[in-house]
Amino acid sequence: MTACPDKADLLQGLLDDELDAAHVRALEAHIATCPACAEAWAEMKALRALLGDPALRPEAPAALRARILMDIGAVPPLHAVSSRSWRAAPGLRRWWGAGVGAGVAIAASLLLMVGPFGGDSALEGEVVAGHVRSLQAQHLLDVPTSDHHSVKPWFAGKLDYSPPVPELAAAGFPLQGGRLDYMAGRPVAALVYRHGAHVLNLYIWPGDGPRQPDFEVRDGYTLMHWRDGDMAYWAVSDVMAEEMHAFATALTQAVMAQNTHKP
Amino acid sequence: MRGDETADRTRRFQDQVLIHLDAAYGLARYMTRDPVAAEDIVQDAFLRAHRAFDGFRGGDARAWLLTIVRNNVRSWAAARRDRAEQALESLPGQGAEIADEAAPTPEAWLAAQEDAADLRALIEVLPPAFREALLLREMEEMSYRDIAAVTGAPVGTVMSRLARARDLLATAWRRRNSGEAK
Repeated sequence: MTACPDKADLLQGLLDDELDAAHVRALEAHIATCPACAEAWAEMKALRALLGDPALRPEAPAALRARILMDIGAVPPLHAVSSRSWRAAPGLRRWWGAGVGAGVAIAASLLLMVGPFGGDSALEGEVVAGHVRSLQAQHLLDVPTSDHHSVKPWFAGKLDYSPPVPELAAAGFPLQGGRLDYMAGRPVAALVYRHGAHVLNLYIWPGDGPRQPDFEVRDGYTLMHWRDGDMAYWAVSDVMAEEMHAFATALTQAVMAQNTHKP
Repeated sequence: MRGDETADRTRRFQDQVLIHLDAAYGLARYMTRDPVAAEDIVQDAFLRAHRAFDGFRGGDARAWLLTIVRNNVRSWAAARRDRAEQALESLPGQGAEIADEAAPTPEAWLAAQEDAADLRALIEVLPPAFREALLLREMEEMSYRDIAAVTGAPVGTVMSRLARARDLLATAWRRRNSGEAK
């Protein structure tokens, strides 16, 4: 039922606590005698009650708070990350540089078709947890260097396989270094890349996966998983899926180029 | 000492502005329907607020912050439109589609959670100007005057947007409930 036409605005003002005392009294007296307005008023209050549900109020993810605290200098920046690269990164650059972003996205879409994530939920959780851990524990890098020639040998004594370590700075993902992590019940290589203000962890170990990258958004992180040769790749970051996609594309191309240059 | 000044400024920023992080994130999340974009928008908004903090002369820090968030949301939406206009076929499974996350299986959810999820979805499909007014009023309990300040619209416009938002939402909610009863 609809309220008296001249009362609709007033009812809303009453609901929103925007009326002065005289109007409140007059309107309450009217509601008491007008069934149409009484019903409209009851509906408005019911909607208000529904909207009071705390489940409708999303909380900001802890990782976001951590990043902002770093941005404003309330906590020190991540270990082994130069403050210059951290601060020089306007988060909106990709929107305002949309031309570039779209170009990358088109290139990516030609090379890779992305399908929905089909996979292993426990492992996905492990990958996200590993990423979060790396950001929180100040243990992002065991070998902090942007020189992929020194990252690769560093892994040699620690793993029973040799992960490819491509440099992707040209694609906008400079290598930050590497780290040994533990994933899927084995020690694995974790490579750390940076994209603007975002950190990407790339886990590589011998294993299986889809030829075309699958991706999923989990707990606010973008996960991408694929196989190339006999290596399984898991990338995780808080970048947008489109950028993760660009990252996977650049990586696949770089690994391909490395393999062709091999004798 | 200079270091103390910086530390003091940082602390004041946290006390006055960072305490509104959830409000900023909530607004960005509902307006973009994309959790990842919402985080980027909010992070950037705080960077901007922090840079401009010396020029902030007191007053309502939340309204000030939410105005920045809102402008970022608009820039983001405009950039998305541009990209769409470049005849870029939307990549499979991207954008808003991922933002929706996997629809929860109904049996796994308690009735109350279903209500919240459905209501959230209904809020998210309100036209942006109505959605924005409703969020600032219902989630942030802002006055008409503050909503007008944040959205740059006259108070009368705020009121009619709110009324329209409530009408649409109440109607959609009734429809949902009667559909369910069948």
